Amino acid sequence: MKIHEYQGKQILAKFGVRVPRGDVADTPAAARSIAEHFGPKVVVKAQIHAGGRGKGGGVKLARNPLEAQQIAEKMIGMQLVTHQTGPEGKRVKRVLVEEALDIARELYLGMVIDRAREAVVVMASTEGGMEIEKVAAERPELIFKEYVNPGAGLLAFQARKLAFKLGLEGEAFKQGVKFILGLSKAFEGTDASLAEINPLLVTKSGDVLALDAKMNFDDNALARRPDIAAMRDLDEESPLEVEASKYSLNYIKLDGNVGCMVNGAGLAMATMDIIKYAGGMPANFLDVGGGVTEEAVTNAFKILVSDPDVKGALVNIFGGIVRCDMIASGVVKAAKALGTKIPVVIRLEGTNVELGKKILAESGLAFSAADGMKEAAERIVGLVR
Amino acid sequence: MSILLDEKTRVVVLGITGGEGTFHAGKMIEYGTKVVAGMTPGKGGTKHLGVPVFDFVSEAAAAEGADAAAIFVPPFAAADAIMECADAGLKLVVCITEGIPTFDMLKAKMFLRTKPVALIGPNTPGIISPGKAKIGIMPGPIHTPGTIGIISRSGTLTYEAVQQVSRQGYGQSTALGIGGDPIVGLKYIELLELFKEDPGTEAVILIGEIGGTAEEEAAAYIKASFPKPVVGFIAGQTAPPGRRMGHAGAIIAGGKGTAKEKMDALEGAGVYVAVSPADIGAKVKEALRR
Repeated sequence: MKIHEYQGKQILAKFGVRVPRGDVADTPAAARSIAEHFGPKVVVKAQIHAGGRGKGGGVKLARNPLEAQQIAEKMIGMQLVTHQTGPEGKRVKRVLVEEALDIARELYLGMVIDRAREAVVVMASTEGGMEIEKVAAERPELIFKEYVNPGAGLLAFQARKLAFKLGLEGEAFKQGVKFILGLSKAFEGTDASLAEINPLLVTKSGDVLALDAKMNFDDNALARRPDIAAMRDLDEESPLEVEASKYSLNYIKLDGNVGCMVNGAGLAMATMDIIKYAGGMPANFLDVGGGVTEEAVTNAFKILVSDPDVKGALVNIFGGIVRCDMIASGVVKAAKALGTKIPVVIRLEGTNVELGKKILAESGLAFSAADGMKEAAERIVGLVR
Repeated sequence: MSILLDEKTRVVVLGITGGEGTFHAGKMIEYGTKVVAGMTPGKGGTKHLGVPVFDFVSEAAAAEGADAAAIFVPPFAAADAIMECADAGLKLVVCITEGIPTFDMLKAKMFLRTKPVALIGPNTPGIISPGKAKIGIMPGPIHTPGTIGIISRSGTLTYEAVQQVSRQGYGQSTALGIGGDPIVGLKYIELLELFKEDPGTEAVILIGEIGGTAEEEAAAYIKASFPKPVVGFIAGQTAPPGRRMGHAGAIIAGGKGTAKEKMDALEGAGVYVAVSPADIGAKVKEALRR
């Protein structure tokens, strides 16, 4: 799960990680009063779940509270376009207003799960403000890493090593060590999957603060982190994806026009791949799961065809525990209820496949049954052309 | 022949009294698996599906000689279950549970470092040595005994591969899923090592997907020291970056873990890579003809 910058900073502050003073505003008047409190000079930052906000005009310096209000006036409600939002951009609902600080150095600090090492890794770099992937590709020697022992947590000497390699001295060294240890505690204490402080700011007086904060969380742990789960912003997600999540369906909207519905994540990805291989483009990823019920199939089919980009649908089910006849009647019910007009190709395999095919044949719907993934993909791609 | 699991393996089912546990333990017994005990805390001393239920795995090991486990407990209890099985000295632990927090698995893997246990999963369909035994949720009847080993990160896609292989006239020695999570037990390399030593395995199918670098690591191992033919397929060639594709581990992060990188690595290691998932069976035939 993703959250906004201002939420990330609230979490960090709770774990003793220093962030600039400020607050979030959803009206220009509120932005002004925050600036009066923490200003006069403030930075106004659009809050959307996407990087590259600065280049898109989503981060502005205000010299006084009135200017903060005027900037917020323009920012709140705008469609902010960045390299991560797509051409339609994302609507800004609120802005973060923070004290403007002097900048001595901009560094980088990040944490992710290293799957190969089976440990959390803390990465620090002197190249703040840059994309870390770019630094990793071009100047890997400028990234310093420490691996966190899952039992002991990040140790003080490891934080000191990183602070030393970042070239921090005196007051900045002390604060840097505290910052790194605090970030590590916040990471584990919230079941995070990613934390990125870019840039990590060092002021002229040696203060170390998170100028930006990006955090992602392990979806599997949200049930035990209700305060984190409450930070989910449904407006940042596609409406169909929100709808699907209500039924515990894994649905992801894509750019193509062939909708697909599959049981199992691997087979769902493979189905998308074979649609492309057959010359089409998948409109979505949709995994109805291993233990799917008829009701879930009905809901899944509804979500699938309610995407206006979908010109045809491919249902690919390999029944193991799941019975093909159950899938067939779920799809038939949904298609009848919706009066579906688009072509639908169904490939059923496994448990009770004959019974499933019979239900489809007797449904009176113009469904076409296919043998094998290849035939199914080629047929639906031909039909949507 | 087979790896890790055969008709002699004695299985304790954790969570046997729950709905999932009851259903799948029943199917495992039906298939011929020696399910010798169940474990549900608080239900010790009772019987379920005709086998004794214990409060602790160690009791099931001592009383019934259990040397393997199937785990069907809820996500927040599953890492503890894995560690309990390892502590009881079991040789094989298969964790079916999906949705375990990553931090729990990091700690469990750390605990397992000093234990001689083979962990399969979590978030796996399990392991089957056709005609002998299965520990997991895969449909038994689609499998046939034979000489092809299958290692996969997926469930239904593995069944698809099994069926394609069967249609080409080949059966499986052992087929197993390593699990769809970011942190799992045995990965490709450890399993390839076992298949290498198994005289009953002629060739191996490796089914990977986007996310992580396990396939690249496997490719390096195959190139250096795996003598048998390998067929590969990577799911997620059309997956967008930054999105979790169903499996917690199936995500392209920071530009890493793409299908293309993995397919290139496998090609470079001499693996017969199927670009289309419909060609896995045909590739096996091609690999064995050479």
